[in-house]
Amino acid sequence: MVEVTLWGSLGAIAGGKSKVEIEAKDIRELFRKLAEQYPGFEPYIDRGIAVAIDGTIYRDTWSKELPQGAEIFLLPRLAGG
Amino acid sequence: MNFDPRYSGRNFTSVGTRPIRPDGVDKVTGRARYGADFNMAGQLVGRVLRSPHAHATIRKIDTSKAEKLNGVKAVITAADLPDLTDGDAAMYDILDNCMARKKALYDGHAVAAVAAVDARTARQALKLIEVDYEVLPHVTDVDEAMKHTAPLLNDAIFTEGLEEKPVRPSNVTKRTQFGHGDVHEGFGQADYVVERSFKTEQTHQGYIEPHACVASVSADGTADLWVCTQGHFVYRQHCAQLLGMEASKLRVTSSEIGGGFGGKTHVWAEPVALALSRKAGRPVKLVMTRDEVFRASGPTSATSIDVRIGARKDGTITAAEATLRYSCGPYAGMWAEIGAMTAFACYRLENVRTVGYEVLVSRPKTAAYRAPSAPMAAFAVESAVDELAKEIGMDPVEFRIKNAAQEGTRSSYGPVYGPIGIGPTLEAAKNHPHMKAPLGKNQGRGMACGFWFNFGGQTCTDLNIGMDGSVSLAVGTVDVGGSRASLSLVAAEELGIAYEQVKAVVADTSSLGYNDMTDGSRGTFSSSMATISAARNAIKILRERAAQMWDIPLDDVVWEKGHAIAKGEKYGNLAALSLREIAAASGKTGGPIAGHSELVADGAGVSFATHVCDIEVDPETGATRVLRYTVVQDAGKAVHPTYVEGQYQGGAAQGIGWALNEEYIYGKDGRLQNPGFLDYRIPVCSDLPMIDTQILEIPNPNHPYGVRGVGETSIVPPLAAIANAVSNAAGVRMTHIPMSPPRILAAIEAERGG
Repeated sequence: MVEVTLWGSLGAIAGGKSKVEIEAKDIRELFRKLAEQYPGFEPYIDRGIAVAIDGTIYRDTWSKELPQGAEIFLLPRLAGG
Repeated sequence: MNFDPRYSGRNFTSVGTRPIRPDGVDKVTGRARYGADFNMAGQLVGRVLRSPHAHATIRKIDTSKAEKLNGVKAVITAADLPDLTDGDAAMYDILDNCMARKKALYDGHAVAAVAAVDARTARQALKLIEVDYEVLPHVTDVDEAMKHTAPLLNDAIFTEGLEEKPVRPSNVTKRTQFGHGDVHEGFGQADYVVERSFKTEQTHQGYIEPHACVASVSADGTADLWVCTQGHFVYRQHCAQLLGMEASKLRVTSSEIGGGFGGKTHVWAEPVALALSRKAGRPVKLVMTRDEVFRASGPTSATSIDVRIGARKDGTITAAEATLRYSCGPYAGMWAEIGAMTAFACYRLENVRTVGYEVLVSRPKTAAYRAPSAPMAAFAVESAVDELAKEIGMDPVEFRIKNAAQEGTRSSYGPVYGPIGIGPTLEAAKNHPHMKAPLGKNQGRGMACGFWFNFGGQTCTDLNIGMDGSVSLAVGTVDVGGSRASLSLVAAEELGIAYEQVKAVVADTSSLGYNDMTDGSRGTFSSSMATISAARNAIKILRERAAQMWDIPLDDVVWEKGHAIAKGEKYGNLAALSLREIAAASGKTGGPIAGHSELVADGAGVSFATHVCDIEVDPETGATRVLRYTVVQDAGKAVHPTYVEGQYQGGAAQGIGWALNEEYIYGKDGRLQNPGFLDYRIPVCSDLPMIDTQILEIPNPNHPYGVRGVGETSIVPPLAAIANAVSNAAGVRMTHIPMSPPRILAAIEAERGG
């Protein structure tokens, strides 16, 4: 079980929660279960969500493991120049 | 990904040296081929008809007269680019931006295009296209566009992110919020509070090379596109989707690039050129004029930002908040959202809140510009930070050091930081001789910090070893700032051979797997990771071949300094085999030797910089002169330090132009008044001092060599650093970018009058 912190817009979809607990071993499973529990997340996942694990931001490595006790933070996927 | 990206702390032989750039001779002799330098037999000239109105319904387009003109081979409108985006809103916006459908949404919006045998005929044809417009009210100012009374640009837009679902459409597409703690409580603890409002005008990336491409669609439906872009694989995806093609049947070759800075990260004219070629049955060359580049491609947001920061007498910030309003052009974006994330990222804050509003205006579609959105937010925040330090009576550097984020700090955008470099850049700036240099009359010094995320992405690289032992490195990230040299150094380092033995090229989309574009400061970070991986795969094959040549087990062969070495006393008489020797024998040991890599490079690591500058202001005219400028930034590991310095200097130079002169000026009619470099003034060499640089190397733990992205962060601090310097020189706080002479003079006179 990992605790996942949501950014503001995502929190609104999760019923105003800023944190949710999910049983997930990696980013892929996290997104799958988030979409199951909160269908409103799906368009955001399609658009792209970045996952910060202990401060390091992952955008595409869906196989990245989510260590127990790590700080998991969801962020919008950003554009660069 | 079977590759360990962790930092290994190795010593370097090639990496960190400064060889001559491989593309240099061609660029200074004119041999390098840019977007407009490619030509095909029988090619036609493409030209685009653009809306003269800032906002208008397109009732009807009659192309019949143009089609009858001798020499015209194709005329297209939105009808020739049907909507194939299948509900993908972002792609639909790109499509609509390439060719207006129901409405023209800004001055310069494409409404039709022609392909003709020559430019004169094409221009004549454009004049024969009759467009029946119903002109609508427009709005170009970000604050005006937010008012209830403003003309609505899209009545299907209802603001996202509000607590209550809105019942009326709005030009505000989205509200976002970041932060933690309780800002109300934090301000209650403050002895000093600074509250200011700031504005920044819209600027263009100012790439010297206009958008240019040649498109050729064959009768069998396959196509070639030669184009100036930051991401030819992304352009292939976009064009294939918009034209209903299979991606594999569209080969895209990227040219040399005369600047992009985010403005060449999605398509503008390329689908139009392909549609013209498809209709005409001949290749079509389409090159934007400078006027078109300004009116119809890639400016950054104009912004309006309110900042409030409170601190105790001892200099500890107790609370910070900002409201950021960013223009998006006529299409939804996430520009204020990024500004809201980056605004306070340099600081350790217990109580912080930022709110962003994305605002539609009758201007061109906003595009990314080098650390998009961060410079404007930094301008507002760092100006207020400077003013607060002054009110408290603290040195601005010491004030920032006291409040700087560090490892373990919760960032203002959410996650807790790992190892970061803001503290070291501030300490380096504090100890830099620049800080102690004397200032004269009407001169002021300013400093500011900046933050950018950086990112990696999908990356694919091929490394092929020729039979003569030379190495061809094929990469898929467009070289916008010297990555071919850097990646050659990385290949040489990993293989243990000379830099001169490696030749890097940017491969076309049919020759290599998919690569994300060169944005987010990812080119060298990502492709160096893939190059290291590919080289290691090649080394495994080189060892296998050496084992074959010696007829010994693979495990007994190691790779050191460009040679296979038989390990152990029993092989004492075996001379090491060089890469060249193994390559020469490759035909008899299994054929070509190559290493490939396909990976997702992640963990780019956030980046910080501190800039210091000295400015002289003429109080009679408001004219400014940049006297001295210093950039301090963390590079993780500078692969080719000269290029890293170039990135630092380039970001500072662009920031100086943005801070002092560059702005889009719209008339009351909603038309752009200054679409050219005579009236839109970017800095030239004579405007700039030598920009001094100091590279800090705090290794990125998520890259084998410790590399971080360096391309974008350097444009984040300049607006604020220069604003602080001008404010100190002029004795009045500057709150509006650009600080052009009339604006500075008005501020001085208002201060005198007050």
